[in-house]
Amino acid sequence: MIVRISDDAVALACGADAVAAAFENAGAEVQRVSSWGMQWLEPLVDIDGIGYGPVGVGDVADILAGKAESIGKIVDHPFIAKQTRLTFARAGKTRPTSLDDYAATGGWDGLNAARKMSPAQICETVLQSGLRGRGGAGFPAGIKWKTVHDAAGPTKYIVCNADEGDSGTFADRMVMEGDPFMLIEGMAIAGLAVGATKGYVYIRSEYPQAIAKMEAAVKLSAAMVAPFDCEVRVGAGAYVCGEETSLLNSLEGKRGEVRAKPPLPAHQGLFGKPTVINNVLTLAAVPWVLAHGAQAYADYGMGRSKGTLPIQIAGNIKHGGLFETAFGITLGELVNDIGGGTASGRPVKAVQVGGPLGAYHPVSDFHLPIDYEAFTAANGLIGHGGIVVFDDSADMAKQARFALEFCAVESCGKCTPCRLGSTRGVETMDRIIAGENVDANIALITDLCDTMKFGSLCALGGFTPYPVLSALQHFPADFGQPAAIAAE
Amino acid sequence: MTITITEIAQRHRGREGALLPILHDVQAAFGYVSDDAIREIAHELNLTRAEVHGVVSFYHDYRTKPEPRPVIKLCRAEACQARGVEALAANLPDQSRVKIETVYCLGLCAVGPAALVGDQVHARLDADALSALVASL
Repeated sequence: MIVRISDDAVALACGADAVAAAFENAGAEVQRVSSWGMQWLEPLVDIDGIGYGPVGVGDVADILAGKAESIGKIVDHPFIAKQTRLTFARAGKTRPTSLDDYAATGGWDGLNAARKMSPAQICETVLQSGLRGRGGAGFPAGIKWKTVHDAAGPTKYIVCNADEGDSGTFADRMVMEGDPFMLIEGMAIAGLAVGATKGYVYIRSEYPQAIAKMEAAVKLSAAMVAPFDCEVRVGAGAYVCGEETSLLNSLEGKRGEVRAKPPLPAHQGLFGKPTVINNVLTLAAVPWVLAHGAQAYADYGMGRSKGTLPIQIAGNIKHGGLFETAFGITLGELVNDIGGGTASGRPVKAVQVGGPLGAYHPVSDFHLPIDYEAFTAANGLIGHGGIVVFDDSADMAKQARFALEFCAVESCGKCTPCRLGSTRGVETMDRIIAGENVDANIALITDLCDTMKFGSLCALGGFTPYPVLSALQHFPADFGQPAAIAAE
Repeated sequence: MTITITEIAQRHRGREGALLPILHDVQAAFGYVSDDAIREIAHELNLTRAEVHGVVSFYHDYRTKPEPRPVIKLCRAEACQARGVEALAANLPDQSRVKIETVYCLGLCAVGPAALVGDQVHARLDADALSALVASL
């Protein structure tokens, strides 16, 4: 009998180490594996496929004696059974830094396939798969790779953007903590495709477990990916470094200020060299695409949103966690059917989709399918696939104020609309909340948002208006406005 | 432990974009990045003091003054707000012994409110759990 317990950050934060120690003290063999992603059940204990959770130290004796209540077979749990796991196929099943486990579950198949192809063929395969950048912008990965492939120059770089700063997102963290070799394999494939032999993974400092796992995995897999060389770099607590040009400046040892584009990073990226910069989830999807073929990946999804998206269900939610599914599932299914509604048991008031720069959606938007184009049409964005649920105790004017405050704290300062607009926006929201000249101040903040949206250099200033204006549009009562304008 | 700034800089010699790794190591060794450290790092990397100061002051992680108290980084981003962190933050425990700082997102967004102490993560915090955490430091 092997007792499997996750050692990812959520499990650790919920006391998994103490539970694992208690099993070991009772004479059981414990394996530390990746997380299934059912975070409300952490620490989740998996014994021969049967799950128990959340488990405390006091439950260990009962579980070993067969007297504890289980959740049944984990793979049959509705939260798992309803998913289509391509990127998270190993979640819950393998030891994160075990090369044996990785190789036994199809690891390196993608890289081995890529090694039999020409660089142009690899780029074409990624293009045909329809894989789009999972960081938020949704740009076709194959086009980015081909641009770098076609760029001249002896030195090129692969950069993995692991600066997952959006609240409500943790899929990058789970890849790095649960299946780090997959990310390294994806980067090595990108290296083959564009002719780069050096890769950097830029991980935010708020993720110490991910940093440790990636550093261990890089060392263990060095021979497997050689001559490609992968290196972990750690951020320093700047949200804006999730923006790709700011991240490149940070990697170069500079202030993480945004660069004007063009030139695109694909032409002049890290140290001025052609650079592929992709999100963790984009690169982590690549081994599957290469191993199974472009068409197999493109068969999932809807419209121009191909493949699967690891969706992160978070905030005030009963059953929160990682839910990977083909594009097309609706917001309402995710919140109500999969997530089970709010953790507090109160009605859902708003759902923020796409992180701090994403719109607040009312329940009347629950019909929206998770699809890049559908959310754009509804004045929102999918971003990195994070969904944060708020119950009816949320004050949306305060949330709008917070969006601006966050922008003020995290602005890199390079462009005026973001640097000044965010602070003036907080002041204006304070006046609205205090009931001063509400109509005039709402007109002012709407105008300010317009300036930020169209005048900012990057998405931080440019997208902060989404949470502000969506809160104002859908929840006017919280801004001291009559509900009538909500009809539009 | 008597490592010098020069030794730390030497450790990273030849690395591309070495400044952030050096600053991380300096802060880990000394607890903060002093004016003297900035001067020495600038000398080692052939940068101006203004350039190094500009980088130190840009990033939230770097301290320019020592912090004698253990630091709890409490997440106050949206997902933890939705799970009640603001009520927790409105009645923080006494901070004479520990310092409670704000961080935006620890990636524990379905089990918040969450906090980070050093490399240790904590979740499902309520007033009692936070008080117990403070008492344990």
